[in-house]
Amino acid sequence: MYKSVLISTGLHVFIIIFTLLSLPFIVKKPLDLPPIISVELIQIKDKTNIPFAPKAKKIIEKIKEDEKLVSEQAPPKKVKKIKPDAIPLPDQKVEKIKKIEEKQNPEIDDNKIKQVSEFEKKEIFNPNDIAALIDKSKENLAETNIKNKKITQSQDKSMDISGLTLSEEDALKAQIFGCWSIPLGLPYNENLLVRIKLKLKPDGTIIDSEIIDHARMNMPGQNFYRVLAESALRAIQLCQPLRVPSTGYERWKDLQLNFDAREMLEG
Amino acid sequence: MIRKVFIKLFFTFLLFTEANSVIEVDITRGNLNPLPVAVSPLFSDENTNKKLKNNFEIIQLGEKISEVVENNLKTTGLFNPIEKKAFLQKPDVAHLKPRFEDWALIKSQALVTGQIKLENEKLRVEFRLWDVLAGKEILALAFTTVPKNWRRVGHIISDKIYERLTGEKGYFDTRIIYVAEQGPKTKRIKKLAIMDQDGFNTKYLTLGNELVLTPRFNPTNQMVTYLSYFKNLPRVYLLDIETGIQEVVGDFPGMTFAPRFSPDGKKIIMSFAKDGNSEIFTMDLETRLVERITNHPSIDTSPSYSPDGKYITFNSDRSGFQQIYTMKSDGTNVKRISFGKGLYGTPVWSPRGDLIAFTKLHKGKFYIGVMRTDGKGERLLTENYYQEAPSWSPNGRVLIFYRETKTDDKGEGFSARLWSIDLTGYNERQISTETDGSDPSWSSLLTN
Repeated sequence: MYKSVLISTGLHVFIIIFTLLSLPFIVKKPLDLPPIISVELIQIKDKTNIPFAPKAKKIIEKIKEDEKLVSEQAPPKKVKKIKPDAIPLPDQKVEKIKKIEEKQNPEIDDNKIKQVSEFEKKEIFNPNDIAALIDKSKENLAETNIKNKKITQSQDKSMDISGLTLSEEDALKAQIFGCWSIPLGLPYNENLLVRIKLKLKPDGTIIDSEIIDHARMNMPGQNFYRVLAESALRAIQLCQPLRVPSTGYERWKDLQLNFDAREMLEG
Repeated sequence: MIRKVFIKLFFTFLLFTEANSVIEVDITRGNLNPLPVAVSPLFSDENTNKKLKNNFEIIQLGEKISEVVENNLKTTGLFNPIEKKAFLQKPDVAHLKPRFEDWALIKSQALVTGQIKLENEKLRVEFRLWDVLAGKEILALAFTTVPKNWRRVGHIISDKIYERLTGEKGYFDTRIIYVAEQGPKTKRIKKLAIMDQDGFNTKYLTLGNELVLTPRFNPTNQMVTYLSYFKNLPRVYLLDIETGIQEVVGDFPGMTFAPRFSPDGKKIIMSFAKDGNSEIFTMDLETRLVERITNHPSIDTSPSYSPDGKYITFNSDRSGFQQIYTMKSDGTNVKRISFGKGLYGTPVWSPRGDLIAFTKLHKGKFYIGVMRTDGKGERLLTENYYQEAPSWSPNGRVLIFYRETKTDDKGEGFSARLWSIDLTGYNERQISTETDGSDPSWSSLLTN
């Protein structure tokens, strides 16, 4: 009897200790959960050109080797020249740096959290280096711009080939809309799609243009197609240099424009 | 082993397709601005100028022809001729080898150059059409004619340019027949008149003793059929423009009206009214055989053939209100195609065959409009106090009609003028005529 009471007591003690150790809510304080932050995803691009992390990491490391670190997301803008006669006092210096920091990242809005790739947060952005960055940007503004281009070129090569972003495409379309005089006499019920392949220079001027269905131009009964094709070629000539993105030449050096007047002619 | 090869091939294919994928951008909008065109005066040397002046009393012919071309292109609404003062290159040099940079500088996208020569008392006019932005010649032609025909040469050149730049045939080397009107509204003198489509070279075909209405060309433009009130009996007549000979069409015991030729020119289709009923008949011009097409107790009138001659459109009040119908050319398969509010009349089949133009009366206003041959897609192009009788340009792009103005309280201020409007409905223009005009009819192209 006495023995069984001891065993029972021992087991109960064991269960109580086990429970205390294994169930954390009993010993631990409830987690102090941070307030929920609402994230507004501002979708301004159909396809972003931000490279995914592992590749980007390599790129950044490569750039670091060159000892010139420039962020593509925050391109150095023109820093206001400090007048020589307005030498800042030591106390004012800190304020200046803060101001310039804001200019370095003009897109950052404190009220909105934007989607930013991880590698930039951890590796590019270093608040302690702001002053150094400012100094360098002041000294080598022209050089930085060139480097900046180099970075995007190398990034693009490593990227998957993707289309233009919506904003880039819109800019190009808007330019050509203005240049293209649609021949008004065209019948709207015929298939009159003119596809033109372009080879472009980095500045948007045209090296070569080729109508894909060129044979159709000289076929009998295809007068309307020829007229439309010629109007499209005129539009391209009139518009050049085309409003292409300043970066990513590899992406758009070959471009195809599909001219379709049906929407306009149908009214 | 085979598996590895397949995997390699798969990845190679992927790489290949990615490397060759080209960014495509769809351009679905453009501007509808008229195309800027520079029409340089046609060059002629001193010797030619002297001969033209002395032998034919024509001066500055090169400039005159270029003006005809310029005016024609401008009236289409599709082209915007550039002011000649802005030209940087002289006509003679431009005709040999244009400096495209100079023409591009004045925003020209197409350039017309040419020169005229007099060879054995015949005028030789050559012209070239250049694509300024592409920097190449896209058309070059030469015509030889008698010097007094220089306006027609201008029209033919305009047609060629229009066709090359729009893809459709032009309508400049054409004529318009109409009823020239003079005098007060209550005592109007009406004569048949014929003129070039730009209002020049007007000739009167009748003296104005009888009332004449609704003249229509035959396909060869040599004959005209019209309604004349000779001895106060309204009947359809046939007139040979060259000889001036006219004759009554058919021996109907009543009023015949609204005549029109069939597309092959072998028949005349018209209305015959008797005892308050009006039916559509055809008469074969060779055999003189008359055939009844409609047979209905209502008023059937204003017949017009489709360009292939297989169908006829007409208006009828068989539904209680005047509406547009179509039927086969033998009178079978009658279908009503207009269902909108108001009254529809004077239907005319487009030379392209795709549309029917009409006059519509709704809430006291007259409209000129078009609809597809099945009655769908009705579009009203213009609205006014009184306007009617549309007639198609030979390319089916422009309609000519006439418009009357209201008289004031004193019964004055009445006028009837010819107007044209294109299918967009934006390019509406008054056509200059020597007198008031009504019932216009457009010829087909004089030269194809």
